[in-house]
Amino acid sequence: MQQEVRPATKEVTYREAVREALRDAMKRDPRVFLMGEDVGRYGGCYAVSHGLLAELGPERIRDTPLSESGFTGAGIGAAMAGMRPIVEVMTVNFSLLALDQILNTAATVRHMSGNQFAAPVVIRMATGAGRQLAAQHSHSLEGWYAHIPGIKVLAPGTLEDARGMLWTALQDPDPVLIFENVMLYNMTGKLSADAGAVDIDKAAVRRPGRDISLITYGGSLWKTLEAATTLAADGIDAEVIDLRSLRPLDDATIMASVGKTRHAVIVDEGWRSGSLAAEIGMRIVEQAFWSLDAPVGRVCSEEVPIPYPRHLEQAALPQPAKIVAAAKTALGRS
Amino acid sequence: MTAPADKPRLSREHMLDLLKQMVRIRRFEDKCAELYTQEKIRGFLHLYDGEEAIAVGVIPVLEKRDRIVATYREHGHALVRGVPMTKVMAEMYGKQEGCSRGRGGSMHLFDAATNFHGGNAIVGGGLPLAVGLGLADHMQGTNLVIVCFFGEGAVAEGEFHESLNLAVLWGLPILFVCENNLYAMGTALALSESETDIQRKAACYGLISEVVDGMDVVAVEAAARRAVHAVRETHKPYFLECRTYRLRPHSMFDPQLYRDKAEIEKWRPHEPIQRFKGWLEANHMIHPDDEARIDAEVDAEIAQAVAFAEAGTWEPVEQLTRFVHADSATPAGR
Repeated sequence: MQQEVRPATKEVTYREAVREALRDAMKRDPRVFLMGEDVGRYGGCYAVSHGLLAELGPERIRDTPLSESGFTGAGIGAAMAGMRPIVEVMTVNFSLLALDQILNTAATVRHMSGNQFAAPVVIRMATGAGRQLAAQHSHSLEGWYAHIPGIKVLAPGTLEDARGMLWTALQDPDPVLIFENVMLYNMTGKLSADAGAVDIDKAAVRRPGRDISLITYGGSLWKTLEAATTLAADGIDAEVIDLRSLRPLDDATIMASVGKTRHAVIVDEGWRSGSLAAEIGMRIVEQAFWSLDAPVGRVCSEEVPIPYPRHLEQAALPQPAKIVAAAKTALGRS
Repeated sequence: MTAPADKPRLSREHMLDLLKQMVRIRRFEDKCAELYTQEKIRGFLHLYDGEEAIAVGVIPVLEKRDRIVATYREHGHALVRGVPMTKVMAEMYGKQEGCSRGRGGSMHLFDAATNFHGGNAIVGGGLPLAVGLGLADHMQGTNLVIVCFFGEGAVAEGEFHESLNLAVLWGLPILFVCENNLYAMGTALALSESETDIQRKAACYGLISEVVDGMDVVAVEAAARRAVHAVRETHKPYFLECRTYRLRPHSMFDPQLYRDKAEIEKWRPHEPIQRFKGWLEANHMIHPDDEARIDAEVDAEIAQAVAFAEAGTWEPVEQLTRFVHADSATPAGR
């Protein structure tokens, strides 16, 4: 009799990894529920929650009206009263309608109330460009959120993080925002069958290298890894850091890498001015200036509203070729 | 028990208690205004003069387990709810013995012990929060009543409409109490609303909506009993518009350029304390001794509160970043 062998890994999409995280969280904790626009009957704007309504019912897969401030605030209030809501906002552009609740209540209430009240809510949203959705659905504003004390900001760039960050975020006693890059939802790969919770406070070295630190997160991770491969062909050994958490930033991992490679380029899909890339660059200057052999470089989005036609959209975004060029400039190899 | 819960209790003792609660608020705030001129209290200070009958009529009807969301004009609500006057006054001073550790000040009184979810200084910002508290109750089956106070200025905010829609759509146990004092800061109702009948506007969302004279404490209490009873029995929202008038400026910085003194004087005879006293006298329910006793008790309580605040201490600067997150979580400021 042949014994059945469980596969050690399974082939999944990023979308499915997030869905499995949602399903798992709701099965493990009765306080957890999902709410947002079209998460139920429609199956999620990006089909992340497809099928969950039938499994978990309309109380826990709760469709909301188009009221970003209203339902995000409702998630905050429900969290304050002992629930563990997951609020899904369709895109980061729409989250601006809920910014009052996120900043003025969720991020503020613990400090302002002298530690009497808190809002352990998780708010997920899609971010990033690349699907030709033009200037009101394509921006990368996670860097703005990373400006705000009182919240944590996560950017899962891998299947493991898409699967594992949610549960850890739900255990956090304070609000956590999770940004899912729209270009990753269809990404396919092997995920361990027993994949589960992961830490949410450490950056990860996705490719070790000696010559330059390429620091990035989210959707730009894969472009940066592609650039590193190209650089390797030219004899440049790039180290790729995936920030994973945009607030707090894991300074120790960044500085250890820069201390080793003595060169750094930051890749960030946000606009350059006042960006997360600027923050990281300044931290490197503050903490690792004497390790540097060259100025810190940046590859960010061009300072335009993201345009509709594909060639212009792609021209507005960080691309592997731009990352390669920036790395070579930093190394004096251009 | 079949005794109707919505009948006001017309005992002499209860009537005198209503009077005392209103006097507590008025005299406490008179003292605050005085302390403001002495620069003991700084920042914004919004007084409730003329509107006391609303908090005093509504809040004692609630049970201890019920929850309250209030505005930045919330000293009265906190006092009637049972937040000790000592802690409220210490908060006005910014001392760490205050009900929010001194961090909130006048506009952000919080008290977890009495389920007082704060003074919210974003007009309309408390409504989505109340929806969330109601949603938690709905999902947990706790049979609470959530009372959300807001001014008529909030009716122009999108959050008002989003929240009423959500509360009715989801059947949440929320009593919305609109304190209509006719001015959103300095903008008269007729200059800010296309439909100045707020109760009518609310009724469009399909909930029971009524108007009460917000300067008649007995009428407010009777309406609140009906409303709270209905919310508790039906788990559905209810809207109560309390028509009132603010006799003092919006805040201590307000020169009142937007209204005539004559208008204020026209309203003054309607103010709830003198009016209620007159009613009690006409019905032989109060003796001069009662008034003297109430005044003496309130004055003693205020003196004690001021002494407590004066003796209070400043939170050490070393604790500035404490409670941005929960203590065990990420250190603040990273």
